[in-house]
Amino acid sequence: MQDKMTRDVWVGLFVALGLAALVMLALRVSNLTSLTGDAGYQVVAQFDNIGGLKVRAPIKLAGVVVGRVESISIDAETFRAEVGLRIENRYDIFPTDTSAAIYTSGLLGEQYIALSPGAEDAVLKDGDRITLTQSSIVLENLIGQFLYNKAAEGE
Amino acid sequence: MIRLLAQLGQRAQEALARLGRLHLFLVSLLPALPSGLLRPRLVVDQLFHIGVLSMQIILVSGLFVGLVLGLQGYNILTTFGSAESLGVVVALSLVRELGPVITALLFAGRAGSAITAEIGLMKSTEQLGGMEMMAVDPLKRVVAPRFIAGFISMPLLAAMFSAVGVLGGYFIGVGLLGVDPGAYWSQIESRVDFHEDIVNGVIKSLVFGAVAIWIAVFEGFDCVPTAEGVSRATTRTVVNTSLAVLGLDFIMTALMFNV
Repeated sequence: MQDKMTRDVWVGLFVALGLAALVMLALRVSNLTSLTGDAGYQVVAQFDNIGGLKVRAPIKLAGVVVGRVESISIDAETFRAEVGLRIENRYDIFPTDTSAAIYTSGLLGEQYIALSPGAEDAVLKDGDRITLTQSSIVLENLIGQFLYNKAAEGE
Repeated sequence: MIRLLAQLGQRAQEALARLGRLHLFLVSLLPALPSGLLRPRLVVDQLFHIGVLSMQIILVSGLFVGLVLGLQGYNILTTFGSAESLGVVVALSLVRELGPVITALLFAGRAGSAITAEIGLMKSTEQLGGMEMMAVDPLKRVVAPRFIAGFISMPLLAAMFSAVGVLGGYFIGVGLLGVDPGAYWSQIESRVDFHEDIVNGVIKSLVFGAVAIWIAVFEGFDCVPTAEGVSRATTRTVVNTSLAVLGLDFIMTALMFNV
């Protein structure tokens, strides 16, 4: 009987350890804790070129993540990229003339959207539109422009 | 020449017949599984043999795989000047691939072979036949508890393997090589996705566990009831499980992570 008991304890320990490992993987190793679910309000911004921006890319204000990119699509009339931004509810502080720009974190890092607040008193609400946008910098265009300027200087 | 061809044909026929029996066995096993749950005592006993006794090798291997990943990853990443990403390299390779796959291979060697040998011996000493005489279905009494216990153990073992491996990478990276501890965890948290990586890894280990334990009980049940037959069946368990796991891993990875 004693033998049975210790065996049961071992099995219990095994299952508990396994579940603990799963919980650790879920909480400590993955981004489950930073997923806030669907809480947040959505605003839309149009860009000429989004470069390598992806869904779930972070949206930052002063370097602090305030939301995530929710959707990326094409506006059939303007031929511009339409990006849905989901911003957490506690950050309902953005003036209506906030501007959005696509930047790259580091040299080879992922792209993110940086918001810079304007001066209006009214704040952005669900379904609003950010009109002031700055596209991601395409390296080839930059180099082309540089070469063009160089050539113009040489004349 | 003709004889050679005939032998080849016979081999192929045997292999196909075994494949057929393997699946017929699953069909007859599935209805027996619920009655295995009615005897939790037997399942707990098997959990001890299959799960608890495999823990040692799984934990030690996981730790060392994590340590090696930490060393190798650090060496490569420093050449790109991004040693902070060490955590991501260690965690992603463990959670996505190495955790489920190596655990399944070790599981086949440690638990699968033991189960095959045990059932094979039961068969060759005619214990299974004896049970049938007493109107006890060996599928329900012997096979079902082992199958359930293996199915439960495998994802738990794989999770332990990955968790210990991540900690091992932490020891090497942060303790020995001087990676920033905050960067190690925060990089992992920001790059490892719960649904994409963790859940898919668990699904993999569930599938591998089912396949490994299925092959193990089948080979035991199907073996030629002699000493030689049991030893052959045990070998086949390890070989076939390894092949099945590696093949399935490729297919599942292609399905899950096609970008």
